[in-house]
Amino acid sequence: MPLVFAGVCSHAPGITGRADQADPQLRDEFYSAFDQMRVALEASRPDAVVVIAAEHFANFFMNNMPAYAIGMAESYDGPIEDSAWLGIDKVRVPGSRDISERFIKEVMHGTDVAYAEEWKFDHGIMVPLHFLTPRYDLPIIPANINCQGPPLTPLERAWTFGESIRAAADVLPERIAVVGTGGISHWPATPDSGKINVEWDNDFMGRWCRNDKAALLDYDDLSVYAEAGQGGFEIRTFLAVSAAADGAQGTVHFYAPIPIFSVGCTVATYAV
Amino acid sequence: MSLYYVQKFLYELNRDETRQDEYSADRRATLEPYELTDEEREALIKPDIGLLFHLGVNGQILMHFAALHQIEWQDYLQRMRDGITEHGPVREGVYAMTGYVGVDAHSHSLGLQSNVEGI
Repeated sequence: MPLVFAGVCSHAPGITGRADQADPQLRDEFYSAFDQMRVALEASRPDAVVVIAAEHFANFFMNNMPAYAIGMAESYDGPIEDSAWLGIDKVRVPGSRDISERFIKEVMHGTDVAYAEEWKFDHGIMVPLHFLTPRYDLPIIPANINCQGPPLTPLERAWTFGESIRAAADVLPERIAVVGTGGISHWPATPDSGKINVEWDNDFMGRWCRNDKAALLDYDDLSVYAEAGQGGFEIRTFLAVSAAADGAQGTVHFYAPIPIFSVGCTVATYAV
Repeated sequence: MSLYYVQKFLYELNRDETRQDEYSADRRATLEPYELTDEEREALIKPDIGLLFHLGVNGQILMHFAALHQIEWQDYLQRMRDGITEHGPVREGVYAMTGYVGVDAHSHSLGLQSNVEGI
């Protein structure tokens, strides 16, 4: 089936873990945008949701770091973080080994992806699921792009990964949704945590909504770091969704810098 | 230099509750299998969050270690800032590679007002 849904959202641990420290009105508007994304996702009636994430050393480490990985398990446990710290209870999230295996086989035509039969979700996936599949009743196919431990995959390869995901989704008989999650500009978990470059974010999301491939690939990691922080390396997840959306145009439903969440909080979708 | 092993220890600690129990019971013994300098070992035992950040530990690994020690978020950020002030710029790893020099200099270089104070 053609892809049934494509969108992106933020995932910072503060979104749930430090909820009580944010401006209540702004926080609730953000949560409301997340909930509208949930409604749209459910309305697309997906059989499985591919979550393109940038996990943070919960599963993959510098002893054997895959540029790209996709989960192939019947279920996934998370969060690895302390539940009180993250504000999300420990849960077993459903996967589908069967759908994952067939999906991975197709992705491999375009991208040499590692597969993982064991995967513990961290906040990078648990925060989006907390809002988008709060009953944990949709099978998840976790996909990861290494955005944390350089050397990192080039942006044009992240684009190809998105194309590979789209091609696989189109071939499978199931209805596949794709959700990308990352930061735009942010300096998470560093002394600069809370800094957000709003101008940079708006410019990036403009390119994302136009689905302008040349403009989206016109970044390099040194300038991204200088202007958007090491968290900006996670634009790879947003780029992959752009590629998967195959030219579709996007809409930003919510964007606001919320410093205590350490990120410019974003909810956006493509009209696939 | 064994930043790799410092981070590997923390990576394994962060994702394994059994290892966390072992660390709580005997911090020094838990560190035995890792090739660490004395400075690194003592920083992990104390724990010295500022020194670990200065040594180059990735914040995505370090923040969980701070949470394990019940270090509140603003305190965690301040300890890293103090580590840079006391020990100097980050020695190696992703923040050294990209020239990270501390919050004020970094804000200045971007032409941004620091918006991290008092949040």
